[in-house]
Amino acid sequence: MNLRVENVSFRYPSGVLALDGVNAEIASGEVVGILGENGAGKTTLVKLFNGLLRPSQGKVWIGDWDTADHSTAALAARVGFLFQNPDDQLFERTVAREVAYGPRNQGASEAQVKRRVAQALKLVGLQAQADSHPYDLPQPQRKLLALAATIAMQTPILVLDEPTIGQDEVGRTTIGHIVNSLHQMGRTLIIITHDVDFCAQHAQRILVMLQGKVHVDGAASEVLIQTKILDEAEVAPPQLVRLAQALKMPAAPLNVEDFVDEYKQWRKKRKK
Amino acid sequence: MIRLKKFSYWYPATEQHALDRITLDIPEGQFLGIVGANGAGKSTLCYALSGFVPHFYNGELEGELSFDNTPMAELDLGKLAGQVGLVFQNPFNQISGARFTVREEIAFGLENLGVPRAEMRDRIEEAMELVNIQELAERSPFSVSGGQQQRIAIASILAMQPRVLVLDEPTSQLDPDGTRDVFAALSKLVSTRKITVIIAEHKLEWLATFCDRVIALANGRLRAEGSPQDVLSSEQMLRLGVGRTQYSEAAARLLRSKQLPVTLEQAKKALQ
Repeated sequence: MNLRVENVSFRYPSGVLALDGVNAEIASGEVVGILGENGAGKTTLVKLFNGLLRPSQGKVWIGDWDTADHSTAALAARVGFLFQNPDDQLFERTVAREVAYGPRNQGASEAQVKRRVAQALKLVGLQAQADSHPYDLPQPQRKLLALAATIAMQTPILVLDEPTIGQDEVGRTTIGHIVNSLHQMGRTLIIITHDVDFCAQHAQRILVMLQGKVHVDGAASEVLIQTKILDEAEVAPPQLVRLAQALKMPAAPLNVEDFVDEYKQWRKKRKK
Repeated sequence: MIRLKKFSYWYPATEQHALDRITLDIPEGQFLGIVGANGAGKSTLCYALSGFVPHFYNGELEGELSFDNTPMAELDLGKLAGQVGLVFQNPFNQISGARFTVREEIAFGLENLGVPRAEMRDRIEEAMELVNIQELAERSPFSVSGGQQQRIAIASILAMQPRVLVLDEPTSQLDPDGTRDVFAALSKLVSTRKITVIIAEHKLEWLATFCDRVIALANGRLRAEGSPQDVLSSEQMLRLGVGRTQYSEAAARLLRSKQLPVTLEQAKKALQ
């Protein structure tokens, strides 16, 4: 399902202009990373996708729906949302009930609900905690639970707001695998993050925001090497890009394996 | 200054150690980093080093935990509050909720310590400047972003001018600029005022850049300690779920050297 943002501006009641003439189109099945400093408008932008906020100007299309014509509840069937703070979205008594809440509300049959809950919990690795109370889980696991609840809604589009915050390396790797799996299932993923190394590994496309505008938008392999443009938006390039540039290598790969190959070739050429 | 000798701790009504026979000596003026997977005991160690264990969290203790050669349990909590500051992982847990503006929020701790009004004003301004939140002074602490709340929580502790500052993942919600501000402010306090800083963090590159020493925890036990480069570049970090920087990962595949780089500068030097 495509997503289109047409000339959108948004002003908060306080007078702050958070979005200023934003245009973007996200195709079905893309994994898009949204980067930018605190206050750049990232979260405001994605809140327009499921109707939590409504544009002051311009239009947001989710597939063939103009969001202006649809309630937040209706939009929730198309756009799933993982909040930055999982505690904003957990309220059931057990992990399994928490994940079942969304599908049940969508009118899924009990058999479907059960299957979806099992699938989602398996994907995030919380099967063993199905009967636990959500607040008996440590915070990083509550984030995975919130993610499972979002996944179980089976929305074609998923927005993940800072999924890797507070996660250790194991959690970060788990979330990386989940993103890859959802991508393989054909879901559209929009990931807001400061974790540029995570984006380098998992996003195909990068959208950088600066002061309520789209600063740059393009393929991850092209955007993440533009140190100067990223600098303007206060985004630090991925570690491997910084290293390749510090060494003055001709190319800046985004993952370790490619970096190692590129480095070896570069050294060979230099020796000659 | 803070000493643990075979110190163990169990939260109330639990059988599993949260901390298991930890021996650690933290001298005055040290910038100490704590790493470990989620659930390794980082937060609990932060509570112990700041006196929240045993003064706020009950439970069972074994071994020695002392501050300036006095057992932590015998110290008066009010006096301790003037000496040691703890910045919580989640700023929600820290912001009082009893004050309407950021300036008043930062004043809260100082009022409780009985700091004279004129001095209070100076300290608040200085603390806000250190973490760059002067422009938020008249805002409500609840109308700002998660990253800004995190800075407010840090400023409110800095203003109390503790001799020891313990921070539990204080930059999780901050962008790279915000993270740099916080680390730079802490580093300045260590060098100019000789305060002791203890920080639990997942951001390894920053720890390696600023800390004098790093310790690694797993299952409540101290598993590694030493210089940031020695500890953070070791393969053990992968087994402990801490992970390594992309610099270490790339260098591990390219160099035979025992000591791998952790930061950009180190990697540039090693791979040039």
